[in-house]
Amino acid sequence: MSNALIQIKDISKTFSEPKVSKTSYVLKDVNLNVRKGEFFILLGPSGCGKSTLLNMIAGFIQATDGQLIANNQEVIKPGEDRGMMFQQADSSLFPWLTVKENVEFGLRMKKIEKSERNKISKHYIDLVNLSGHEHKFPRELSGGMKQRVQLARVLANNPDILLMDEPFGALDAMTRKVMQQELIRVWKQTNKTIVFVTHDLQEALLLGQKIGIMSVGPDSKITHYYDVNLEYPRDITTSKFNEIYANIQQHFEH
Amino acid sequence: MYKKLISSGIVTWLIILVVWQIASLFSDPQFLPSPARTFLGAIALSSDGSLFKYMGISFLRVLIGWVLGNLIAIPLGLVIGRIKIIRSLLDPLINFVRFIPPLAFITLFMLWFGIGEQSKVILIMYATLFIVIINTMTGVLAVEEDKVRAARSMGASEFQILRHVVIPATVPYIYTGSRLAMGSSFMAIVGAEMVAANEGVGFMIWNSRLYFQTDWIFVGLISLGIMGFLMDRILHLLGKTALSRYGAVATNTNKR
Repeated sequence: MSNALIQIKDISKTFSEPKVSKTSYVLKDVNLNVRKGEFFILLGPSGCGKSTLLNMIAGFIQATDGQLIANNQEVIKPGEDRGMMFQQADSSLFPWLTVKENVEFGLRMKKIEKSERNKISKHYIDLVNLSGHEHKFPRELSGGMKQRVQLARVLANNPDILLMDEPFGALDAMTRKVMQQELIRVWKQTNKTIVFVTHDLQEALLLGQKIGIMSVGPDSKITHYYDVNLEYPRDITTSKFNEIYANIQQHFEH
Repeated sequence: MYKKLISSGIVTWLIILVVWQIASLFSDPQFLPSPARTFLGAIALSSDGSLFKYMGISFLRVLIGWVLGNLIAIPLGLVIGRIKIIRSLLDPLINFVRFIPPLAFITLFMLWFGIGEQSKVILIMYATLFIVIINTMTGVLAVEEDKVRAARSMGASEFQILRHVVIPATVPYIYTGSRLAMGSSFMAIVGAEMVAANEGVGFMIWNSRLYFQTDWIFVGLISLGIMGFLMDRILHLLGKTALSRYGAVATNTNKR
């Protein structure tokens, strides 16, 4: 599996608890490979450490043990090759910047000239269907639209890998459904590699090509992998869908 | 219509004037001068220009000290908020000194910086400093980690994160701190002018007592109120226009 874009080998993460002499692991010996262009889902119950794993791929936090390689490079800090879409748009968007300025943030940091910035931001704002809202501030947008801004902002930096931390978790059911369809469309158009964290099995099956199931913590690891060989757009009412659903569901029942 | 009239403040002031006028009828003008008498006092004080001169002098002292105080406090607050080791070093000192009111320093500042303008400006700087430092620091600490992480993964350098994320996110806190500091600056300047000055509104109030000119004291109080009110309106306007995108002034349109 050396052709994998993300390679995680025996990653462990401990919480530093000075009062407890025994070290407690959030993650223990996690192994994971994600191919280029793959839509990978990390599925697990709350508190299993899936967001921690995602934050480690992003380079926001460091692993205690093990090796993490993205794009043939050991991950030691955040990099532009890995873009993060956060769960909360309100805490991650810049409220003092308009939609367009938010999307152009990374480009401005790289001192890309204005005409080029305009071109790129227009492209991605169109891609996420936000045309006409360029000059609005985040507070003037709905929850779903804010997440579209986040998606456009990440894509404008042209990362190879998109890391998504339950980005639709805070949306209402109808908006979530639309956003899921949109994400599939954007993924097909951009050919990005996606690692998507969720605790929602239905969402996992609607989106992912491959699902990694994480066990309940402490000492979490990825216990099972499922390949989801269903055509997009997926239909939750088909028998094949429900068969896989039932199959995976049994991991979470005791 | 009624609501608008009440919120404009005119009604409030009319009531105060009426109550004041009635109260003054039962009292000696040296104890409580009537509004009319105070108005005449204001005219007397303005006729030789001294009232406006004193207002101008006090205002200038406040403005210079406040601006200089902000110029020192904002960068300091940013650094203290951003760098943990400096915060641990300075936090105990800040929380000790900030409880010493500016007025307590008047004598010392006169000894160190002379009886002139310098000691007064420095006193205002002191009055401004801690409020703005603490507010700025609080703002920096309240910046959401997601914003910093997002910027970092989009390739922003540490300096760019400070310039384009931390500072804009902290603007509402700095703004609130500066506005509060304006209030404490006025308090400090009047105190300083009463103790050691021969010009300014504080001096005027203190001096009036020598001549039993209670109406002049009222003129002084009212001019202080007007100066502070105008300054606050200017800052409010600044917050609503230039700083509006940073959310400096809460604009809740649903609130009644």
